[in-house]
Amino acid sequence: MEKTYYPKAWLMVLPVVAIVSFSAIVPLMTVINYSVQDIFGPENRYFVGMEWFREILGDPEIRGAFQRQFLFSFAVLAIEIPLGIAIALCMPRKGPWVSVVLILLALPLLVPWNVVGTIWQMFARPDIGLLGIGINGLGIDYNFTGNSIDAWVTVLAMDVWHWTSLAVLLCYAGLQAIPDAYYQAARIDGASRWAVFRYIELPKMRGVLMIAILLRFMDSFKIFAEPFVLTGGGPGDSTTFLSQYLTTMAVGQFDLGPAAAFSIIYFLVILLVSYVFYQVINNLGKGVS
Amino acid sequence: MTLRLEGISKYVEGEMHIDRVDMACEPGQATVLLGLTQAGKTTLMRLMAGLDRPSSGRILMDDRDVTRVPVRKRKVAMVYQQFINYPSLSIYDNIASPLKLARISKVEIDRRVRAEAERMQIGHLLDRLPAELSGGQQQRTAMARALVRDAQLLLLDEPLINLDYKLREQLREDLQQIFRERDTVIVYATTEPLEALTLGGSTAVMHEGRLVQHGPTPEVYHRPASVAVSQVFSDPPMNLFAGELDNGELSLGAEARFKAPTHLRDLPSGRYRFGVRPGQMHLDNRDQARMALTGEVEVAEIAGSETYIHVRHGEAAWVVQVEGVHAFGLGDPITVYIDPDRLFAFDSAGRLVAAPASARPDAT
Repeated sequence: MEKTYYPKAWLMVLPVVAIVSFSAIVPLMTVINYSVQDIFGPENRYFVGMEWFREILGDPEIRGAFQRQFLFSFAVLAIEIPLGIAIALCMPRKGPWVSVVLILLALPLLVPWNVVGTIWQMFARPDIGLLGIGINGLGIDYNFTGNSIDAWVTVLAMDVWHWTSLAVLLCYAGLQAIPDAYYQAARIDGASRWAVFRYIELPKMRGVLMIAILLRFMDSFKIFAEPFVLTGGGPGDSTTFLSQYLTTMAVGQFDLGPAAAFSIIYFLVILLVSYVFYQVINNLGKGVS
Repeated sequence: MTLRLEGISKYVEGEMHIDRVDMACEPGQATVLLGLTQAGKTTLMRLMAGLDRPSSGRILMDDRDVTRVPVRKRKVAMVYQQFINYPSLSIYDNIASPLKLARISKVEIDRRVRAEAERMQIGHLLDRLPAELSGGQQQRTAMARALVRDAQLLLLDEPLINLDYKLREQLREDLQQIFRERDTVIVYATTEPLEALTLGGSTAVMHEGRLVQHGPTPEVYHRPASVAVSQVFSDPPMNLFAGELDNGELSLGAEARFKAPTHLRDLPSGRYRFGVRPGQMHLDNRDQARMALTGEVEVAEIAGSETYIHVRHGEAAWVVQVEGVHAFGLGDPITVYIDPDRLFAFDSAGRLVAAPASARPDAT
C-alpha cells in the first residue's frame, strides 16, 4: 500500500489537542510543577524535589485520613452492592409497578450532594430530627455531633440512602437483559433458585456490576459535600475524609506545594485501586475448573 | 414413549394462543411443528414441556396423565433459538450440569459428557467458556446439554435460525443422524418448509394457534389440506389464482382458458381457488401445453443460481421461481406459463378438493 501524507490533517486535530491541553494536560502539569516547589509568592519559589511527597506520606494525620477513607469506601461497597443486587432481584420485571418503583428509586439520585447533607443533618438531629428522636426513643443514646461512631455511621447511612439506587438501577438493567430462555432452561434442568442466581444472573450481571463497583468506589473515595455539610468532618477528625483534608490544606492554609503532592498521590491511589478492581472482576469466572 | 395431547387449549388474559390441539408424537422420528411466526409453535412446546399449564385439555406420556406434573419431574430437554449455556461454566461443566443435578456418579458423568461432546464435534473445546466459542459451537454445546440426559421428550425450538447458512446445513445433517439413533419423542419447531422436508418423519402444520394438518411429511407436502397449509408449507408461498371450472373447461382470470386436466375433470362446475408452487411456473410454453398469464414485473431477486420474479397481475401477486439468472426491469410486461397438470384446487372454504396427479401419496 502506498502511504499518502496529508499536511492539512494536522489542522483537523488541532482543536481537540487544544481543548484536551487546557482541560487536562495543562492543569495536571501545573499540579506536578507545584508539587516539587515551595511557594511563598509568584516570584518567590524554591525547588524542593520530593520533599512534599515524603512529608505527606509520613504525616500520621494524612495516613489516618487515608485509613478512614479506605474503610469508608469498602464499607460503602460492602453494603451498597449486595443491597443493590438484592433490591434489583425483588423488583417487578414487567407491569405498571415497574415505572413506579423506578421513579421512587431514582429520586435520591436527583438530589444534589450538599442538599443530601442538609436533609440528613436535620433528619438525624437528636432534638428535632425524626431519625434522631426515633433512635433515642428506642433507648439508644445517639448523637452524631458528639459521638464519633454515631457520626461515622450516619455518614455511611446517608451514602447508602443516596447511592444504593445507582447499584439497583444498573443491576436491574443487567437482569432485564437476560433472555427468558435462560430461566426456562434452568427450570428444565431442575436448577434451584440459588443456582439460577449463581450460574445465570450473577455471571450475566458481571459487566454492570463492574461499572457499579468502579463508580461507587471512585465516587465514595472522593466524597466531600455530604459529610462536610453534615458533620463538618467532626467530631474531632472522625469524619474528615481525604478531599476535605485536601481542600483545607490547599484553600484554607494555602499550602500549595504539599496540597499538589497530596493531589497526585490521591489521584494515583484511585487509579491503582480502580485498576485492581477492574482486573479482579474481569478475571472472575474465567478459568474455573 | 408416546406423547399425546388431548384437546389442549391455552388462553392468556382471555386471548387465545392455542386452540383445541389434538396430536400424538411417536418416538424414533422427528415431529416437525411447521408454522409462521406467532402461529403458536413455541407456546405449544412450552405446554408439552410443562413450563406452562394448558387452560384445558390433557397431556399424556405413555398414557400417564402428566398435565399437572412440574417440568423438573418430566425428563424433558429443550434447545432454543438463542444459544443458552451457563456463561461462567466451562463447556464440560455446561454439558455435565443436567447430569450433576440428576446425581449420577462422577465416572459415568465424565464418560457421557465426553462421548456427547465428541459426537457434537466439540470434544476439543471442553475447557473453554461459552463466550469463547463461535455461534455454531455454542449451539452444539446447548444441544449436547440437551442430548446428554435421558430425556423422554426432546424439544427443539428453531435451533438453527441464528446460525449462518453453511453451519445450518451441517448441523441439519448431524441432527438427521441423531434423530435416527434416538428412541425419544422429538419435536422440532421451524418456519422453514425445507427443514420439515429434510428432518421430518411427520409434519404438523400450525396456523393461528390451531393444528391444521398433521401427517407423514410427504403426504402433507403433496396434499396440503387447506390454503393455509399450502401457504406455510411452500417457500415462497404457493401462488393462488381465482378461477372457474365449467363443463370440462378451466379458466384462470379473464384471459387463460384451457381444457381441464384429468385430476380436475371430476370436480363439479363452479368457482375455485387454484394454487401452484412458484417452482412450477415457467417463462417458456413447452409443447404449447401450458396456460399463459400476463402481468408486470415488480422486482426480480437473484438468489444464487435461481431468480425469484415477483409478478403483479391486477390485484393478485405471484412469485415465479426460475432456474438461472435473469434480469428484469421494474414494470416490464411478462408472460408466465403454468402446467394445468400441476394445479391444486381449493373450494370456497379453502379446503383442498384436488391435488396434481403425480403428487398422490402412492406416487411418492
